[in-house]
Amino acid sequence: MSFTSLKEITTKCNEEKKSFYEIVLELDSKQSNFTHEKEIKKMNSMWTAMKNAADSYDPKLFSSSKLTGGDGGKFEEYIKKNNSICGSFIGQVISCALQMAESNACMKRIVASPTAGSCGVLPAVLIPLYRNTIFSEEKIIEGLFVAAGIGQVIANRSSISGAEGGCQAEIGAASSMAAGTLVYLHNGTPEQICAASGFALQNLLGLVCDPVAGLVEIPCVKRNVIGAVNACSCADMALASITPKIPADEVIDAMKSVGNKIDSSLKETGRGGMASTPTAKNIYSKLSKIN
Amino acid sequence: MSIFDILGPVMVGPSSSHTAGAVRIGLISRLLLKDNPVYADIGFYGSFAATYAGHGTDRAVTAGLLGMQPDDIQIPNSLEIAKQRGLKIFFSKVDLQNAHPNTAVLNLVGKTGKRITVQASSIGGGRIMINKIDGIDVNFNAEMPTLIVHNSDQPGHVAQVTTLLFENKINIASMQLYRNERGGYAVMVLETDESIPPEIISQIENYTGVIKVTYINPLTDVIPSESVAIPTNTSVIPTEAEESPKTKEAHQ
Repeated sequence: MSFTSLKEITTKCNEEKKSFYEIVLELDSKQSNFTHEKEIKKMNSMWTAMKNAADSYDPKLFSSSKLTGGDGGKFEEYIKKNNSICGSFIGQVISCALQMAESNACMKRIVASPTAGSCGVLPAVLIPLYRNTIFSEEKIIEGLFVAAGIGQVIANRSSISGAEGGCQAEIGAASSMAAGTLVYLHNGTPEQICAASGFALQNLLGLVCDPVAGLVEIPCVKRNVIGAVNACSCADMALASITPKIPADEVIDAMKSVGNKIDSSLKETGRGGMASTPTAKNIYSKLSKIN
Repeated sequence: MSIFDILGPVMVGPSSSHTAGAVRIGLISRLLLKDNPVYADIGFYGSFAATYAGHGTDRAVTAGLLGMQPDDIQIPNSLEIAKQRGLKIFFSKVDLQNAHPNTAVLNLVGKTGKRITVQASSIGGGRIMINKIDGIDVNFNAEMPTLIVHNSDQPGHVAQVTTLLFENKINIASMQLYRNERGGYAVMVLETDESIPPEIISQIENYTGVIKVTYINPLTDVIPSESVAIPTNTSVIPTEAEESPKTKEAHQ
């Protein structure tokens, strides 16, 4: 059995006097029949793949539709000038989110976290922390277990598929996972981890999946940025001891009920929202001719 | 569900369903063919049909047919590699009844003349479902050792097979039964926790009433890839007109 509630994880943390990371690791290792060492090794390979993906970004690369490419490079140049509105750390987060999501669109190797379309969110908050040596790699890998635990609860209670729940289920879930991970890394309590996850998801509730021409490019690449930046602000709110009035598990349930009400034209069918704008339709018909 | 279904897989983008899942569809079809494919006619349905070029679904399925895994950085170049290895590949859009929106139908011919038709869907997060083999319902996700036994619909076949597995300490994780009509053609699909040794497979093949046995272990099976030359006996390769009347464009 995997976790179906964040409350259940925090209760276990408090009863057994263990960290969020340890509880997730122990349960998954019981289920997979892998030793803790093997689980950590596997998570390490995910982290290594994330780092490699971040390092191998190529600003000259464009997707086969030619709609995506180069923006991560532009942003990196921009933040180097040190006069960005968001400042250095958030600047690096945005840069990393753009680059990872662009690499994904260009058929490069990434880590689905939880999906390929949202693969930029979690690395975007972790890579800058790693590059500025704020946390050890061991600690970051522990944080990835926290992320996976939160993602598992979301997948069990609701969905992590854009076709089922809209973008809130992909970018929303990724943002929620990243927010909880940041709180864990900054030594927040299990309750604060859940608070951050809940804040992050509630802020993205209702986000629709409306990819232009059905491709994981527009608006997906930039949505990775909102997922990552939202995670940072929500983690800070939780660490500031702001407590949510609605528990995170209930936010996840609300996400499910919103997802059910979202029209199918706004769930990865490429028929509504951004995909139904005149310019998007033009793009689609041009690409269809090539297709 | 494992936490690595949430964090992972490591894959080539852009879409876990349209790219990673599509690679797995190609790869599992290759394992089911048990041969190096030299001819592939691939029909895309639903969302696959609408967006296959932009998502690289065509290149992904081809990569799988060539034996690549979803994280192989050569996936974007698979159409060129297929050409070098003598795999002729055609894409078309098909209409299916009651199919998942991300479905593909693969008609394959192997180097030794083996043929198979696989209908499979990409059901999200890179996971797949093999829906039909040669037109017969099977519905398994190819994540565990899978045994497919075709037999005449008579009492005792299920007992025979399950007893044999029990005697060999092979635990059955799931089991499905299908038949076309009472007393007609029946198929059992068993997923097992342990792999099934070849001698047990041949024992099942020899049971009276068993028509055909297919077994794959997606965790360990590898069909060694080789640079296959197109066989001189071209009769094993159907002509485009015979097999794929709808195909207008040939990617080769």
